[in-house]
Amino acid sequence: MSILIDERTTFIIQGITGREAVSMTRECLDYGSKLVGGVTPGRGGRGVHGVPVYDTVKEITSQQRVDGSVLTVPPAFVRDAAFEAIENGIKLLVIVTERIPRGEVAQVCEHARMHGARLIGPNCLGLISPGKSKMGGIGGAAVKRAYTPGHIGVMSRSGGMTTEISNTLTAAGFGQSTAVSIGGDAIIGSTYAELMPLFEADPETEAIVIYSEPGGPMEAQLAEYVRATKSRLPVVAFMAGKFMDAMPGMRFGHAGTIVEGRADTAAEKIARMQDAGISVAEAIQDIPEIVRSRLNGKGA
Amino acid sequence: MRFYEFEAKTLLGMSGVPVSKGGTALTADDAARIAGEVGGDVVLKSQVLSGGRMKAGGIKFASAAEEARTAAEQILALEIGGQRPRCVLVESKQPVKKEYYAGVIYDALAKLPVAIFSDLGGIDIEQVAETHPGHVARVHFSTFSPFPEFKMKELVASLGISGGELNALTRIMSQLAQAFLRYGLTLAEINPLAQLDDGSIIALDSHLDMEEEARDGQAALLARLGIGREETRLARPPTPFEIRGAEVDASDHRGVAGRVVEFDGTLGCVIGAGGGSLTIFDAIRKFGGDPANYCEIGGNPSVKKAAELTKLILSKPGVGKICVIMNVVSNTRVDIVARGVVKGVIEAGYDPAEKIAIFRIPGSWEDEGFKILEKYGVEYCDRSVPMSEAARRAVEKMRKAKGEPEVVA
Amino acid sequence: MAASGSGMFIRCEVDEPAASDAAIAKQLASVCPVDIYADDSGRVRIVDSNLDECILCGLCLEVGPAGAVRVLKLYDGGRLLERPAAAGA
Ligand code: SF4
Repeated sequence: MSILIDERTTFIIQGITGREAVSMTRECLDYGSKLVGGVTPGRGGRGVHGVPVYDTVKEITSQQRVDGSVLTVPPAFVRDAAFEAIENGIKLLVIVTERIPRGEVAQVCEHARMHGARLIGPNCLGLISPGKSKMGGIGGAAVKRAYTPGHIGVMSRSGGMTTEISNTLTAAGFGQSTAVSIGGDAIIGSTYAELMPLFEADPETEAIVIYSEPGGPMEAQLAEYVRATKSRLPVVAFMAGKFMDAMPGMRFGHAGTIVEGRADTAAEKIARMQDAGISVAEAIQDIPEIVRSRLNGKGA
Repeated sequence: MRFYEFEAKTLLGMSGVPVSKGGTALTADDAARIAGEVGGDVVLKSQVLSGGRMKAGGIKFASAAEEARTAAEQILALEIGGQRPRCVLVESKQPVKKEYYAGVIYDALAKLPVAIFSDLGGIDIEQVAETHPGHVARVHFSTFSPFPEFKMKELVASLGISGGELNALTRIMSQLAQAFLRYGLTLAEINPLAQLDDGSIIALDSHLDMEEEARDGQAALLARLGIGREETRLARPPTPFEIRGAEVDASDHRGVAGRVVEFDGTLGCVIGAGGGSLTIFDAIRKFGGDPANYCEIGGNPSVKKAAELTKLILSKPGVGKICVIMNVVSNTRVDIVARGVVKGVIEAGYDPAEKIAIFRIPGSWEDEGFKILEKYGVEYCDRSVPMSEAARRAVEKMRKAKGEPEVVA
Repeated sequence: MAASGSGMFIRCEVDEPAASDAAIAKQLASVCPVDIYADDSGRVRIVDSNLDECILCGLCLEVGPAGAVRVLKLYDGGRLLERPAAAGA
């Protein structure tokens, strides 16, 4: 099985006629995803690689079931596009766009919550359930080289590192149940801990690998989740950006990485995660071995 | 981006929060004049973007214009945390009876703004929360209007405050929270928020932060405050090298090749993307390398942009070699980056085989990319070589070039 | 006169009479995503400064008679880009 998406998931792309969206469309179709339509206001009636383009989300949702939407519109238009998807009953939103002001992300999160919709991103590459479907640009055109079906759930604050880690797992013989690029912003729709229950409920998932960064409380929240629920899933983490600990207030990498307080340095997060029984890998290439030993019940 | 205290107070004033009478001065003469206009006792405050001003001697009191002149002279000459003051803020000194704390931030887990109030103002709120948790109250509120003023009332009242004080504090909390939403702030603090002898309430100091992402939408406010694009307001001002990096990035809308941060080492880094750069930078340091810069490339930059970034890095004094490393790429094209760095090296007058310590970017269009590197004799590797191993090889090559002995990490 | 130009990695060539065909000049100028071809009052002009930006999409090869427009990879022994974009991930 997998979480969030599988071979039956239907979705649309809002902003489908943009430069990056056109290649994303091609890749999703090639992967076998059920991409049923796209929206770009003013471009209704056209097609992108055979996918019909509409002016409004409603034109699509009134005709057929739409499970999800990938949003890849300029930052200033994201909030409204998200509201449009949510109010037309779409329950899974993947926001690819970066540089959306935090206040607007909070509004989208609040709106999604009121309507029972789940949000992945913003500032992410989407998600993939290997062999079934991919939603977003994750993995690019050579997606099959990096991602293979299997039993590891992957969550990453970096889109590129989602693929790097999955590729490393694949090379070592570990496929993935679902890999989610959760987004690099300070506020994201779904944190590690919020996705954990889904992986927990998926009988195919046997272990979790996460890519984490300094900044924000999300790793501490995951540590708390693992401790409190005594999760059945061993978790292996990789922490990037250790050098940033010595440079508070400087901005490197994603918007969410800026170190604002004492609790969100790399060192502090590593300690908290280890305390909760999460294994922390020193290098990406060490991950498969740690996963193997955790699956064999050798402890952290 | 952090606002100076005087800017924060302008913004608070615009939002209806009472602030002291006064003005900013660039010279001691101006400070004396303002002190005269304000009349009575004044406080002079160094305008730097850092805390600990009182301890550093950046805040002084004066009771006459002449005294103010002397104090301003000292403050304007004083560097705090490596920063020269932008100006000195001269305000009338207030007779304070009690100090509160008022703050608003985003709670990344609740995904909502949270208002924080304490009746122990004037000290670091994190410290108060640790030592006197009963004196700190919090409430989340919705990002949608109409603004729930009653929540601010409940927040203040939860610390046992009532009467006219409750109403005045509720009003200020509401004004602060609404300014936070309206101006795209990520931190809005008034500390201390003071109750004066006459019972009125006034903001004595304030720390406001706006994130990069909000700047476009807040252009009117920033123009009004006179804050230009070039003012990044990070922990330290940008170096000329970093400014040129930003220019390279802005020169062409295709992809990212910038976010350059200068370090003082000798190994130039052409690295990406967001998470990949952090991972590679850690690896270089772990193996004892001394990076000359941090940067991020991604989103498929043009050949020209990658070449310009490469030239910029090579132009930095002391840079011996560059390493070109990224995670497995899907959107960015390996061949385009390969062309860019090779071109940059050649245009800078060097031999790519010698200057590029290693090229490790696997992913889309890698076959074409590797052909280019082959032709120019550049050492490259594919996805079977981990990012950190590529970093190790680059560091090793630098060491050999400098004639230093090999280190086993 | 045929139009041609070489960058560090890419060379483009357009034979006569295609290079002086106004319709072809117009099409080439519109089809290339990185503006390597310009329409110079009805003649094809190669914009040298953009040559190395070529993304090997092959769209220009579809314009005009077969073989009249050529893209050469100078880093690969001058190998010709094939008509349907062949290279890739
Ligand atoms: S192959 Fe594509 S990018 Fe290259 S010259 Fe032809 S049209 Fe332009």
